[in-house]
Amino acid sequence: MSVIYILLAISIIVAIVFFIAFILSVKSGQYDDAFTPSVRMLFEDELVKEKTGKLSKTHTKFQPNKEE
Amino acid sequence: MDSKNCFHCGDDCYRNLIKFDEKVFCCNGCKTVYEIFSRNDLSYYYDLQSAAGATPKIAEGKYDFLKESAIVDKLTEFNDGKLQIINLYIPHIHCSSCIWVLENLNKLQPSVTNSQVDFPKKTVRITYNSSVFSLKKLVLLLAKIGYEPYISLDDYDNKKKPIDRSLIYKIGVAGFAFGNVMFLSFPDYFDITTNQISGGEFWLNQYQHIFRWLMFVFSLPVVFYSGWDYFIAAYKGLRSKLLNIDVPIALGIIVLFLRSTLDIIFAWGPGFFDSLTGLVFFLLLGKFFQKKTYSFLSFERDYKSYFPIAVTRINSNKKEETAQVHEIKKGDRLLIRNEEIIPVDGFLINGKARIDYSFVTGESEPVKKESGDKVFAGGKQLQGALEIEVLKSVSQSYLTQLWSNSVFQTNKSSTFQTLTDSIGKRFTIAVLSIAFLATSFWLFYDASKAMNVFTAVLIIACPCAISLAAPFTLGNMLRIFGNKKFYLKDTQTIEQLAQIDTAIFDKTGTITTNHKSVATYEGMPLSSEEESLLKNTIRSSNHPLSRALYSLLSDQNIETLDDYEEYLGKGIEGSLNDENIKIGSADFVGSDLQFDALTTSVYISSNDNYKGRYVFHNQYRTGVSKVFKSMSETLKLGILSGDNEGEKGRLEKLLPKLTPLYFNQKPEQKLEFIRSLQSQGKKVMMVGDGLNDAGALAQSNVGITISENINVFSPACDGILDASKFEQLHQYILASKKAIKIIKLSFILSLLYNAVGLYFAIIGQLVPVIAAILMPLSSISVVAFTTVMTNFLGRKLE
Repeated sequence: MSVIYILLAISIIVAIVFFIAFILSVKSGQYDDAFTPSVRMLFEDELVKEKTGKLSKTHTKFQPNKEE
Repeated sequence: MDSKNCFHCGDDCYRNLIKFDEKVFCCNGCKTVYEIFSRNDLSYYYDLQSAAGATPKIAEGKYDFLKESAIVDKLTEFNDGKLQIINLYIPHIHCSSCIWVLENLNKLQPSVTNSQVDFPKKTVRITYNSSVFSLKKLVLLLAKIGYEPYISLDDYDNKKKPIDRSLIYKIGVAGFAFGNVMFLSFPDYFDITTNQISGGEFWLNQYQHIFRWLMFVFSLPVVFYSGWDYFIAAYKGLRSKLLNIDVPIALGIIVLFLRSTLDIIFAWGPGFFDSLTGLVFFLLLGKFFQKKTYSFLSFERDYKSYFPIAVTRINSNKKEETAQVHEIKKGDRLLIRNEEIIPVDGFLINGKARIDYSFVTGESEPVKKESGDKVFAGGKQLQGALEIEVLKSVSQSYLTQLWSNSVFQTNKSSTFQTLTDSIGKRFTIAVLSIAFLATSFWLFYDASKAMNVFTAVLIIACPCAISLAAPFTLGNMLRIFGNKKFYLKDTQTIEQLAQIDTAIFDKTGTITTNHKSVATYEGMPLSSEEESLLKNTIRSSNHPLSRALYSLLSDQNIETLDDYEEYLGKGIEGSLNDENIKIGSADFVGSDLQFDALTTSVYISSNDNYKGRYVFHNQYRTGVSKVFKSMSETLKLGILSGDNEGEKGRLEKLLPKLTPLYFNQKPEQKLEFIRSLQSQGKKVMMVGDGLNDAGALAQSNVGITISENINVFSPACDGILDASKFEQLHQYILASKKAIKIIKLSFILSLLYNAVGLYFAIIGQLVPVIAAILMPLSSISVVAFTTVMTNFLGRKLE
């Protein structure tokens, strides 16, 4: 019956792993800006499409003014 | 053609239309941005959101100070000479196009290695290689594409404050422990009578110690980390002889913990660890909910966020150099360019000044100054460049001195007793007396149960639901107000707002708009030719009054003038087919009318014959008189203006009778006025907009700033109201009062739960499972009640 000790240990270890994951994610600032990532994730795909459509065009890079 | 809107910024391009690439633009600036974007494969910008751009405005030399390495060091987050990281505040960030283009900056400039937008804060964090691409170039590049960053003295002075995430950690710990303790309590829930003596389940009995001691371990961080703030708050309250709501909470937590620990040590029962962790978790959730912050707004700004970091100083060799504002000394000579802010008091040496003081003194009209005149800090030069000699350093100037007043050092919130705290006192006394009465009864009747009853009463009476009522009601109101563009600093402001009995308003910028769009014509009528010539002449001028007048005049055919001349600071002259028109100041058109200092007028003469003048009026916000009328029924009102008495007559007509009007008020006088009202026991709301109101806003019980554009500077205050919602101000105050009523109702609701719990506690029948059910149930029903009620209230608001 002492398998209960192993089960308890496993359940608590799993819980602690998730808890540490939560603390680390807060610490890294993931929750500081909850809005921008939701917009950002929609960009990438359409950008690729845009690029392939315009590949034939030759373009010169924008040069910032050389003033000092 | 009037309906054509600029492809880049969406503005009406009625004045001069530029066609390019089959698209129309309102100005060359917008066209240039479009060119930059389309040349660099960034035209996706316009697909995301149409007309998302801003017209770039670059003042020559404005960012010269970014060449100074000392300033760059202060502004950047990281700087090792090669790589620099900077966080810039860009007010224009408003849509997904903005995020996209700013995060693709490296397409415009390969030296930018990383840029990340924080949309709610309207900031962009840019990493770039500074050995090839300086900060100045970066800022100019941003300005060039219409995303000019806002850099002020404030950025220079304080380094970024570390973000306080401790509340989230505490909630995390409490929630983690709560969940685990609940699991570990399950064996006890399933078999309530578990007890070796009464012959409970063998399996449970054998392992109950391990379960109970695990619960104990989980509860330790909850009591000593997550709940620690309540002990500190209770201790502080007791030391200043206040029975705030934290006292019964702290008492409840201690008693819960001690009783439960004793329970498991002596195997009396499973303890109340589930209630204990749940209680702390719910309380912290309430705290979290109350903390709605508008990260793109700041309620703490002083003059520093309005002032520039550096100005141009003319040194003894007559050379221009960049000087930090703090380094400016008496006797220095400064060059103030067009649209720049004068940072210090000084004498005008050279150039004609037309200074806009509306933000500083409340004067609605730009002031003309000649050389030799004194100029004050905070004014904005509107035409040409100036040279001034410094009289006082920044911190000692006329305007900035206001901030040395003690009112800016005291914290308003510490002196205000919230509704919850005031009920906390009565509650604590009631609970303690019930606990002692019940205990003395049991001591007499069955002494073995006395301690049990005493702790049970303190446990069940722990005011979890009561302390949740205010955070959830007010937190929700804060969000509702925020959606209606009424942004409040914290929940306490709503409580204060509900109590006010006096409302004082500033005039310029507060009850008047900043746009001049009402003018009346006085004089001889103009012929249709003259009207057409007038409009066509004004079309070419960029003067604010010309632009305002242009939009007021009836439509005319566009004709090309034979001759057009603009005389700076005087007026404009245009001619067509031998007809000649002069528009401008009284001397310029040759009017013999007395100069009228109290009004703004544009004089007109045709073929050198004086015709008449357009008199501009301060335009009052729509609904001013309605708002004042409804407010005057319950509140005492007053106007406190820094402007002259020119508008007195119109104001008296507009406002309810006998509204006191005070003119020519200096910033300190405004502050003193509010203070004297408060000393008469009045609870004062101040509504203002400019730096000159800053003292009054800080002194008042509730300081509200009216803002036409919430992204631009507003002085320190308790709330910011979008100007378009001015009409609703009174409704918002009434809604705050109703919110307080909701809180009171939820107090009654939670007291009912407490009564039920106390019944079990007093008869000595409080088992852990009842506490574990009652505590969350009362909390959840109070939260549900307040949420439903406030949403109902919010739906009625406009």
